[in-house]
Amino acid sequence: MTTLTNKPLTKNIEIGRAPFTFAQYQAAGGYQSVGKALAMKPRDLMKLVQDSGLGGRGGAGFNTGLKWSFIPEPDGGPRYLVVNADEMEPGTFKDRLLMEHDPHLLVEGMITASIALQATMSYIFLRGEYKEAEAALLKAIAEAYEAGMLGQHIAGSTFSLDMAVHTSAGRYICGEETALINALEGKRANPRFKPPFPQVSGLWGRPTLVNNVETICNIPGIVSHGVDWFKALGINGQSGTRISGVSGRVKRPGCWEMPVGTTFRTVIEEYAGGMQDGYALKAFLPGGGSTDFLMPEHLDLPMIPGDVAKAGSRLGTSLLMVLDDKTCPIGCVHNLIKFFAHESCGWCTPCRDGLPWVEHILLKLERGEGTLKDIDILKEACGYMAPGNTFCALAPGAAEPLQSALKYFMDEFVEHVNHGCKYQRH
Amino acid sequence: MAKITVDGKVFDVDPNNNLLEEILSNQQDLPYFCWHPSMGSVGSCRQCAMIEYANDDDQRGRQIMACMTSPRDGARYSIDKAAQFRAQAIESIMTSHPHDCPVCEEGGECHLQDMTVMSGHTYRRYDGKKSTHTNQDLGPFIGHEMNRCITCYRCVRYYKDYAGGTDFGPQASHNHTYFGRFQDGALESEFSGNLAEVCPTGVFTDKVFSKHYARKWDLQSSPSVCAACGVGCNINPGERYGTLRRVVNRLNDQVNGYFLCDKGRFGTGYVNSSERLRVNMVRSAHDGRPTEISPTEAKSRLLALKGKAIGIGSPRASLEANFALRQLVGKENFYAGVSEVEFGLLSQIVEIYKSRPVQAASIRDIELCDAVVVLGEDVTNTAARIALALRQSVKNLGRELAAKMKLPQWHDAAIRNLAQGRKSPLYIIGPAASRLDDIAKQVYIASPADTARIGFAIAHALDSTAPAVTDLSAAEQSLVASIATDLKGAKKPLVVSGTSLLEPALLQAAANIATACSGAPGPGRIVLTAPEVNSLGLMLLMDGSQNSLGKAMQSGARAAIVLENDLYRRAPAATIGRFLSGLEQLAVLDHLQNRTGEAANLVLAAGTFAETSGTFVNYEGRAQHFYATFKPAPEIRSSAKWLCDTEFGAEPRIHVLTGGAAALLPNGYKLQKLTPGADWNFAGARAPRQHHRYSGRTALRAHLNVHEPKQEQDEDGIMNYSMEGVPPLKDSTIFSSPWAPGWNSNQSVFKFQKHTGGELLQSGHGELLLDVPAADKTWFAAVIQKPVVEGFALFPLYHLFGSEELTARSEAIQAKATGAYVALNPADVERLGLAASDGVQVQHNGAVPYLARASIAPGTVGVPVGLSGLNFQDLVTPGLALNKASNWQNPKDWRASNIIVSDAGSTTAYGRGVQGR
Repeated sequence: MTTLTNKPLTKNIEIGRAPFTFAQYQAAGGYQSVGKALAMKPRDLMKLVQDSGLGGRGGAGFNTGLKWSFIPEPDGGPRYLVVNADEMEPGTFKDRLLMEHDPHLLVEGMITASIALQATMSYIFLRGEYKEAEAALLKAIAEAYEAGMLGQHIAGSTFSLDMAVHTSAGRYICGEETALINALEGKRANPRFKPPFPQVSGLWGRPTLVNNVETICNIPGIVSHGVDWFKALGINGQSGTRISGVSGRVKRPGCWEMPVGTTFRTVIEEYAGGMQDGYALKAFLPGGGSTDFLMPEHLDLPMIPGDVAKAGSRLGTSLLMVLDDKTCPIGCVHNLIKFFAHESCGWCTPCRDGLPWVEHILLKLERGEGTLKDIDILKEACGYMAPGNTFCALAPGAAEPLQSALKYFMDEFVEHVNHGCKYQRH
Repeated sequence: MAKITVDGKVFDVDPNNNLLEEILSNQQDLPYFCWHPSMGSVGSCRQCAMIEYANDDDQRGRQIMACMTSPRDGARYSIDKAAQFRAQAIESIMTSHPHDCPVCEEGGECHLQDMTVMSGHTYRRYDGKKSTHTNQDLGPFIGHEMNRCITCYRCVRYYKDYAGGTDFGPQASHNHTYFGRFQDGALESEFSGNLAEVCPTGVFTDKVFSKHYARKWDLQSSPSVCAACGVGCNINPGERYGTLRRVVNRLNDQVNGYFLCDKGRFGTGYVNSSERLRVNMVRSAHDGRPTEISPTEAKSRLLALKGKAIGIGSPRASLEANFALRQLVGKENFYAGVSEVEFGLLSQIVEIYKSRPVQAASIRDIELCDAVVVLGEDVTNTAARIALALRQSVKNLGRELAAKMKLPQWHDAAIRNLAQGRKSPLYIIGPAASRLDDIAKQVYIASPADTARIGFAIAHALDSTAPAVTDLSAAEQSLVASIATDLKGAKKPLVVSGTSLLEPALLQAAANIATACSGAPGPGRIVLTAPEVNSLGLMLLMDGSQNSLGKAMQSGARAAIVLENDLYRRAPAATIGRFLSGLEQLAVLDHLQNRTGEAANLVLAAGTFAETSGTFVNYEGRAQHFYATFKPAPEIRSSAKWLCDTEFGAEPRIHVLTGGAAALLPNGYKLQKLTPGADWNFAGARAPRQHHRYSGRTALRAHLNVHEPKQEQDEDGIMNYSMEGVPPLKDSTIFSSPWAPGWNSNQSVFKFQKHTGGELLQSGHGELLLDVPAADKTWFAAVIQKPVVEGFALFPLYHLFGSEELTARSEAIQAKATGAYVALNPADVERLGLAASDGVQVQHNGAVPYLARASIAPGTVGVPVGLSGLNFQDLVTPGLALNKASNWQNPKDWRASNIIVSDAGSTTAYGRGVQGR
């Protein structure tokens, strides 16, 4: 290979064509990372990933190699890698693209990650509705077994690994890694308290790593081509590429692989072609339904977790949801909260009983039945559901669009009290 | 220990516990719902929020949940600064609560009410719709009103995680989470009643209580002891207007902890029964017609039997009543009212405790054991609370794994996730599957005699000086090796057996195992269940006498006084009939009409445990005092008082009799520690049985007379039958029911504990009479009588609901019981040519329905004890001829659906030694 790709995640993807078979994928340079990983010490492999600066692509952005490094040394018992493919964050559809169109990239990433973690079994916890992804993954896994990349003594080494796809029965909370583990064990998808962290006591009480699909899809490139290559992919001081995208009233909604550090403006105006005619950008959620609104003045921020946090939001999944000037922000938040209230697992009080109350008030406001006191309750509710007050991050995430809407659109809330919603449904 | 500062106050705390229990233990108020001292923490309700400060400069702090936090030495915390969050939490918890306190049975003792007030939520702001659920019929014990649910998950954590129930759980999600069964139907767990106490509000309520409900503050209560089996759980019965309304748990950290079994909780209906003996009668020798006589005349007629009559005591009567009878008739004329076989078994237990290096394990001890072997005793049905304790013992492996990972022991969910169902070893050997099989490492089906042989072999494998057993099968040898390895590797090994299979060799084998386990760490732990509440007390009173019921029948006596004992349950009906008809005079003291009483020419109405005070000695040799809960009608007296001769004064106080009995007992001096003394008072007043909020006292009789009559007096002292007096907040052995300002529910008990979850102030956990283990190892010879039987080898089956005499006569228990039947292996069912609707002719003892049970070995037959339709005592031969009954129709009281067995996972490889054809 003469030139290394600058789109390691999507280089094999061509919409409309069937995903690469094992042979095609290998011919395109695939599965190189497995051999390289097998030749390395697991701790060196973890260090390599840590040094690459790869952050988790599921939303929290924590350094992947560092997360791996918390796994204890093997004790002869089973260890698990679980890929979180439950992609249920509102407005997020990047993992789907990767799994449907290049399943071998994920399989390779999982094998390589499992070598680093000394995992003995790997699972893909897949969103139940992703039927095409399921078919593609099952086919890819079968091919990998056939080719000796999975099963006993992979690629002729002493390392053995099995892989299975588990299709979820469908709850948003299964995207929370510990709830996912409970669901995988066949239990109710309630989150677990941390500590103990899954790295120590996870699936079946054994050391377990849970990583997002896109995170794992970055592993083959990093291991095959090295840290320097990966770091050079990013801009604005960042490493690697990531898949960002836009939904809402833009000309070309979709998702694309781009350097980490790309600005919001670039994504919305260049990749997505800007707003549809007749619509203006009013605000946007930077990374899924559970992030704070950002305003047009934030468009030139690079999509970097720290910078976005400084602006009062979270980068999340980096799939933007655009709010236009003809859509009611309160209605938008109500729609999101309705989803979150329904998806609360029912374990802890602020989420289970707080979100339905918030939903009720937002509906009242939409119907013109709200009061100023209700707005006070909404403000209180945001503090009530703040991080640390709840068992997991669901309710604090749900509160993010609400608290930012209260910050930026308070006049519209008051307007709703006095006159109800004036936006037309369209 | 660590020191922490909470809102400026310094507390000593144990860093191994969670912050919430340490805060409570330091008598601070902090609201909570999901945490329970017996179940640890899961952090779901978010009610116990506090602020933790990182260092001295930290002014802002970080909000934490106290139940999910280990206190750090030197750290600074605040309860006050998290008040706003706690108010928000309770306000949102209450959004769907129906606020139906006036019609809710929990009202007045509702933890939710208390916590709502404590958290500062007064006015409702939520103006939306509430979640609405449908309720389920959960059977005769537990009412269900899901709309009151605050989703604290305590019910499921208790029912599934703690008690091992499988037919109840959480369903749906978000604010529509539902706790119930997959469909309507009676809860299967034998411990379902605890739901009513575990639930912080009125979702699960005591359905038996509902039928004659009264508010907690209107119930007259006393510290009492459950009389339904040999465990002696501590209870608080509640009475109003002369009827016993309910039983709730009374904490005893060594015995029942926070939980009771359903027989104990729901089995006291007989106290109010229409079959109660409420008057005293003489029966005409001429035509058998009874005539009512005054209590005075009854007593004088009873005392007139002195010098003529023998006395037959009772294992279900108090020490004092048995002692009074013994004094009346004289030592040599006093007979234990138990069969020859049972007498032998009970003497054996006493001998084991006295002469072996073993110590009876309390319920709390059992919970801490990490390897257990059960020899032939179906504890779920004979001593249920022990079964619940064994369920906790198998969790010790998880706790150990957690400790290795430095996970705190209170971290309930994390420990379960880590353990993933891995358990400390529990082996069960017996004639049929038991309800504990699901937690057993191995279940082995064997006849009582073979079970004993295996037991002896285990002892030999542990200690080669113990006698060996030679003729074990390969399967038995590997079982023995596996058990011996696990017991050896355990920190706290335990052997459990008992009297129910009527096999003395089982007790001896268990004693050998415990002896083999004794050594450096101390005496070997053993549980030998006793059949009735005071079986051991009665045996100790025998003071070396060998007078069993059998001996009484051979004594040639012409007159007898029978104390609280239906002799027909203790020997074949024909034998008892011959004995009774040979008597010229028979006086019977009892609570309920029964066959023995029908043969008596003097019948005295004896008070039940709820109407009398006294002492019971449980399976461990633990003496416990129970106080009368209410005063019965004047015609009813305690047996002890009826039987008192003038040597103690005409109406001696109970402590005089206790003292008399004490002189006969080993370590009898300890009995005086059971109460604070008959002359106890606080500021000149006794302790009240009634709550200080008892309502309507002056109005009750106002339509008759505006003058208030003198309150009922308790001649025995200590407690009043009234509101008068000072609740003894410092002596939990004599409080009527726990209550503290702001804590109206049973959760208030922590105010009376030295440490939350632990022992009560002033150590109200009874006195052990037999806790002096012998120093030397001595062994029972491994000689086992193996009866060769014709026909089906018979073994007794016990039913938690129905086998015990008195509770079986309570309506609630009857709803869960069934008539008699025989249990057979399906192959034998086929061999006998039985269709589903057929009955089985049991020799010449009539016919009964049958139940096919896969776990029962072919050639053996389980016959229930005490169920109506077949008297186990009548089946004297060890082998039974069974045939298909002709013209059979199942009787109405045959309710197979009430029989909860767990045969599904049981072995089909039966042990040897089964002597069927």
